[in-house]
Amino acid sequence: MNATRPESRPTPPLAPRPQVADRPVADRPAAADAGAPPKISVRGLDFHYGRQQALFDNNLDIAANRVTAVIGPSGCGKSTHLRVYNRIYQLYRDQRAGGEVLLDGENLLSPSTDLIELRRKVGMIFQKPTPFPMSIHDNVAYGLKLHYRLGKGELAEAVEKALRGAALWDEVKDALDRPGTALSGGQQQRLCIARAIAVRPEVLLMDEPTSAIDPVATAKIEDLIEELKKDFTIVIVTHNMQQAARVSDHTAFFFEGRIVEFGATRQIFTKPVHRQTEDYITGRFG
Amino acid sequence: MTDRHATTAAPDRRRPRPWGDPLFRGLAAAAAGFFLLLTGAILLELTRGSSLSLAKFGPSFLWSTAWNPVTGDFGAFSSIAGTLVSTAIAMALAVPLSLVIALFLVELAPPAVAKPVGAAIELLAAVPSIIYGMWGLFVFAPLMSDHVQPFLSDHLGFLPLFQGPPMGIGMLTAGIILALMILPFITSVMRDVLRMVPPVVKEAGYGMGSTVWEVTRQVTVRYGARGMAGACLLGLGRAVGETMAVTFVIGNNHRVGTSLFDAGNTIASALANEFAEAADPLYLSALVELGLVLFLITFAIQGLTHVWIRRLERSAGRGL
Repeated sequence: MNATRPESRPTPPLAPRPQVADRPVADRPAAADAGAPPKISVRGLDFHYGRQQALFDNNLDIAANRVTAVIGPSGCGKSTHLRVYNRIYQLYRDQRAGGEVLLDGENLLSPSTDLIELRRKVGMIFQKPTPFPMSIHDNVAYGLKLHYRLGKGELAEAVEKALRGAALWDEVKDALDRPGTALSGGQQQRLCIARAIAVRPEVLLMDEPTSAIDPVATAKIEDLIEELKKDFTIVIVTHNMQQAARVSDHTAFFFEGRIVEFGATRQIFTKPVHRQTEDYITGRFG
Repeated sequence: MTDRHATTAAPDRRRPRPWGDPLFRGLAAAAAGFFLLLTGAILLELTRGSSLSLAKFGPSFLWSTAWNPVTGDFGAFSSIAGTLVSTAIAMALAVPLSLVIALFLVELAPPAVAKPVGAAIELLAAVPSIIYGMWGLFVFAPLMSDHVQPFLSDHLGFLPLFQGPPMGIGMLTAGIILALMILPFITSVMRDVLRMVPPVVKEAGYGMGSTVWEVTRQVTVRYGARGMAGACLLGLGRAVGETMAVTFVIGNNHRVGTSLFDAGNTIASALANEFAEAADPLYLSALVELGLVLFLITFAIQGLTHVWIRRLERSAGRGL
């Protein structure tokens, strides 16, 4: 498996990279950015838990360096959809995905996909903070050590950069050897974000990242998302419609495993096309 | 409509019961206190029973290699060494094996395999130790003398540990039998610990692009370290004090040998073997002092484990 890791030393994480959609935010188009190719294209995605089908013919374009929110009532398949992007569902025997999910044009559902490299490129933040049982430093260094060959100084530098990127550095810089689990819930979640961005992913998947966190910490993470989208493509599943409206550029509304409506967030929240979308965002159900 | 109050009247109240909580607390505290009392009583009784021997030999009992009931000269060294060596062999074999089996059952095996294997392991844990002892003596010891010990002599014979006549019984055989005995215990507790590691933490590990081995070693095992140390302690406690199985296969000799093929004894096996024939008060007292030593060894092991766990938690945080 070492063969799959880059042999050459990478440039430090979070260094500016060529941007796919490098245009001012103000003039962004209504739907998925026209012109620039989508970072992820979902084509005819079906998903099964055993015999039960959970996703039906999902089609979706995720724009690069934008935040795409996935909303919908509980059990509608939001998380299931997200968990296809890094193939984490494959840890479980009876879960199957069909169709195509193209990451930069490559079908990541193909059996020849290198899962280790896929998961480096597509990081995931979970509903509950998931610090590993090790020090703050080691948590952030975890992925760096998996994927890169770094000297001691480079490692320390990359860890600091990732922690700064996750807006956590100032709070933990004097306590890097303390256990990650000793931090508060919001800090733990930012630690997980630091751990994820440390390996220089291209996409960040966030599965209800603030649902277990208090409002002040939530606001910090939302600010952070705004920052992070300069460097990453973000897909966020959320139960909180205000959050979707605040942080996202595009919104997909899921209902019973189907994508009912997808478009620019402002349009979805101000003049939704479908009746179901309107009922959901106005709180009539869900 | 007129008598609205009749239907909405408050129901009869129960009597106030101020004694409920204090009573329960008292009972629970008494039950817990009983254990402290029991431990204290055991310690006291062991000390009293060994007073003759304590007075005669003093601390030199611990390092004296003498054991002569005829001249009344006793020392615990061979038994202490035998206990520690056989336990060390057992732990060295059983712990890694248990960890691998538990990991396989939890992380890798399909349910169709994990379930019967798990049941078999629990069944093994219920086999009485005398069965292991007899099997060890009649089946395993010949196997050791015919195949295993000659093989070890041929290939590792340059080490003093593997020299000497392949008698079948001895320290190595006892250690292996002990390992087999504690294996099911450690495995089943470790399996339960590993099962309790939250799936989302493992998912986070895989989500970083780790292999199964990397997640297991760096996330799952660390997360369950405390529980797994508990599992090992359970096995250790059993190995240190195991009597019947060891008595059958260790050879029961108070000499300290340099080879693992040599016959030896452990504290527990010496007690089992010699208690019935200890007519002399000093002999009996020396045996009780052996028991006292075993008690203290167990205590020391517990204490060391706690210190180790505390150190681990300071850097890694509290897991299971």
